[in-house]
Amino acid sequence: MSAVASLPGGLADEAGRNMWQLAWRRFRADRFGVISAVVVMVGLVMCLASAAGVIALTWNLEVGPSNAPPAWWAQAPTEAKAKGSAALQVRKATETDIQDPIGADLEAAAQSIGRHSRQDRPPTATDITDPIADELAQAQQAVRRLTVATPGLVDATLWMGTDKWGRDVLAKTIKGAQTSILVGLSAALLATLIGAVLGAVTGWFGGWVDDLGNWVYNVIHAIPSILLILAIAAVLGTKGEWAIVLILGLTSWTGVYRLMRGEYMKQRQREYVRAAEAIGASAWRQIFVHVLPNVSHVLLVQFSLLTVACIKAEVILSYLGFGVPVDGVSWGTMLTEAQNDLLVGKWWQLLSATLAMSIFVTALSLLTDALRDALDPRIVQQGEAND
Amino acid sequence: MTESQSSPLLQVRHLDVRFRTGAGRTTHAVQDVSFDVPARRTVALVGESGSGKSVSAMSLLGLLDGPNVVYGDQTSIRFDGRELHGLTHAQWLSIRGHQISMIFQDPMVSLNPVFTVGDQITEVLRQHLQIRGQEAEQRAEALLREVGIPDPGQRLRAYPHQLSGGQQQRVMIAMALACRPRLLIADEPTTALDVTVQRQIMELLQQLQREREMAMLFITHDLGVVGEMADEAIVMRHGQIQEAASVQDIFTRPQHPYTQALLACRPGLTAAGQRLQTVEDKLGGLSGTQAPAVLTPTGDQRLRKPLSRVEVQHLRKVFQRKTGLFRKQPFVAVQDLSFVLEPGKTLGLVGESGSGKTTAGLCVLRLQPASAGQVVCDGKDLLAMSAAEFAPYKRDMQIVFQNPYASLNPRMTVGDILQEPMQLHGLGADRAERLRRAQMWLERVGLPPAAVSRYPFEFSGGQRQRIAIARCLTLSPSVVVLDEAVSALDVSVQAQVLNLLKDLQNELNLSYLFISHDLGVVRYMSDEVLVMRNGQVIEQGGADQIYTHPQQSYTRDLLHAVPRGYRQVEAVA
Repeated sequence: MSAVASLPGGLADEAGRNMWQLAWRRFRADRFGVISAVVVMVGLVMCLASAAGVIALTWNLEVGPSNAPPAWWAQAPTEAKAKGSAALQVRKATETDIQDPIGADLEAAAQSIGRHSRQDRPPTATDITDPIADELAQAQQAVRRLTVATPGLVDATLWMGTDKWGRDVLAKTIKGAQTSILVGLSAALLATLIGAVLGAVTGWFGGWVDDLGNWVYNVIHAIPSILLILAIAAVLGTKGEWAIVLILGLTSWTGVYRLMRGEYMKQRQREYVRAAEAIGASAWRQIFVHVLPNVSHVLLVQFSLLTVACIKAEVILSYLGFGVPVDGVSWGTMLTEAQNDLLVGKWWQLLSATLAMSIFVTALSLLTDALRDALDPRIVQQGEAND
Repeated sequence: MTESQSSPLLQVRHLDVRFRTGAGRTTHAVQDVSFDVPARRTVALVGESGSGKSVSAMSLLGLLDGPNVVYGDQTSIRFDGRELHGLTHAQWLSIRGHQISMIFQDPMVSLNPVFTVGDQITEVLRQHLQIRGQEAEQRAEALLREVGIPDPGQRLRAYPHQLSGGQQQRVMIAMALACRPRLLIADEPTTALDVTVQRQIMELLQQLQREREMAMLFITHDLGVVGEMADEAIVMRHGQIQEAASVQDIFTRPQHPYTQALLACRPGLTAAGQRLQTVEDKLGGLSGTQAPAVLTPTGDQRLRKPLSRVEVQHLRKVFQRKTGLFRKQPFVAVQDLSFVLEPGKTLGLVGESGSGKTTAGLCVLRLQPASAGQVVCDGKDLLAMSAAEFAPYKRDMQIVFQNPYASLNPRMTVGDILQEPMQLHGLGADRAERLRRAQMWLERVGLPPAAVSRYPFEFSGGQRQRIAIARCLTLSPSVVVLDEAVSALDVSVQAQVLNLLKDLQNELNLSYLFISHDLGVVRYMSDEVLVMRNGQVIEQGGADQIYTHPQQSYTRDLLHAVPRGYRQVEAVA
């Protein structure tokens, strides 16, 4: 039994193992894979938690002064001195404050305007150019007084600072992750699914099926994608996250389709597929049981690329007003806001959104890489595969 | 010239190559190999895959380099008195392609497809001899004429794909000879070629060697080629030299058991029928072919009536080649082929590449639709049936493909691969029963039952081919098409698989359609032989008759072209 002797490794200990156990074992050995899996999991948990209303609940509330820098940055001495204690001494806002922080002062201002209109005194030049200038100045002072003097202030700014409206950037980032990740992943999943199935079937059967597939592909591909997106958005009529998923899914499958079609045309000629045909496997079985695992690496890479593309596409959609509604937030809308902030040197919103996005996207593509390797039985510790 | 008699042209001492394979492990590819290549002589390096023969040749030209290659301390390669080992990249450039040239196995991948043949030859001349323009072109033309390419002036402007395989190899030889090298290293130069073309290239190389007085290091796995080409032979195995002697001694008085085994396990053109010896038999190791455990016919095997005989009548296959947007050109791959497959018999189908033999096999199994003709079995035409009607017959007719590296799904375990056919055809009561049968078949083809949980890549080529054979046997077929089933295997492994196939045929009364380009193997396996050429049957008859008294000139040419190894007559002359 020379054949027995030349089998690599021991046989007894590995009897009964199956593909998934093996894949899991290989995956666990991949340090980067495990780390990236953890990061992606954290991202997903964050999404679900914020969707369920457990964290980042107050993202839409004014919790600090406008454009407060991040805590770790503001504590730099020069900055703290320059801004005085005002910026640092943010108090915990009360419910009324949040809803209408300068309500009382505005009321006073309005009354004063009313006085003006009753002509208590002759109008001065200032009154005409800016009738409520005095009152506004008073109101602003009142606000400043309020923020500085009210008890219950915390001694630091928020961790990632605040935006123009005093909202916590960190909370916004977390809430934004919910939209971006869910939209990115679902849209990419939908697109990959459509592209893979269409590509597999057309590439496999060829002939008129292929012609039809190519016709659809060419039509979709020939229309500028923004136009197509707008058209679909108009037809759908609804806005919101799931509309975005549908729009992006229906427009971005073409790349996957093209690749899968080519892969299937190639794999079809392989001997293992012929062998499957010879033992009587049906076409569907050949396509999805035999060939699909052998092209899964292409799919996984495409999926992770598409996820990135969809997260970015959502930005454009939101920018055009077809994406996230104005009372929502996503990494995309944060980036759009950050455009203006950046001009006046407020960079933390941009940093927060891009950091979150790049960490998640990198982790996702590392994870798909690791998955691809783990699912491929041929990739072993080197040295066993010599001819 | 006369001094070089005393010191050989190439002197290799203690060549030792290891590859780092990660995690502190190394593979010892070549172990302390020493040999000489005298001027104007041909030395052959013979060995099976993994013997280290190609690695040796590459390291002679400094082509093996990089952080993962470790040479032994004592390694020395002296060429014409000059030490080559340890030369810098720049120093190598003046030697490679100039004093020592190399030709490779596959001319199609060695030639650059986007340059003309002329460009590629003149580039060599420009690089090494600084010859350009008109003169370079004239030289290139002369070289093409010398390697026997008709109309060389025209051919200079041809692209590689416009030439046949044999002509491509001639162009490669012309490039290698452009600078009048003193040593030519030929790495399996005829392996990818048809047997008649192989014959021509061998003759060309011999003639050129005589005319140009070069030395040649000829690397091959084929002892037949060695016997005709070389003066001396070095037999390698697992990176070590097993035997080094003159070709006459190797063939007439082989000393090492491995050499003896290699000679014995080649199916020759004359002897048929006997069991082939394997390397294990000779080396006294564990017998690779254990006493056949006779199979107890399982339930459905007894119940099923095997196909009586399969008659193929006037089979024809025409491909429509697209030549333009709307134009199609018919290409006749198989023209009017008829034969009968009898139970327990083997029909051999021989032909060179493009003869239509594989297409014929696929058409019989309905893996490719035939254009015309019938496959009659039990009075019914299998080709005319609907897919549903044909389904039960699919079990009866199975196929084993050429390349065991490609024919097993790399993502499935061996167990799944073997169980799938049974599952698809509803054989075996449940999973456990199918698993038991899969293990039984593995044992029958000489693999451990525990292999079910392994993946195909973990097996060697021969073992994979056994798995492929086991897969088709799980359906207990009556007819098995063996499409070049042993062509990709090493000669010793090939002998084992051929023995296995014969045993199985005797035991299960299988009918084989044995398709191959290798006349020796077909002779060994077949009862009856069909010779095909360009889709047509040239000659048909009993194996003995065709091999001893071929009627057609084409068959005679084919038989004559097969390298027969060392012949005493030549040595005398």
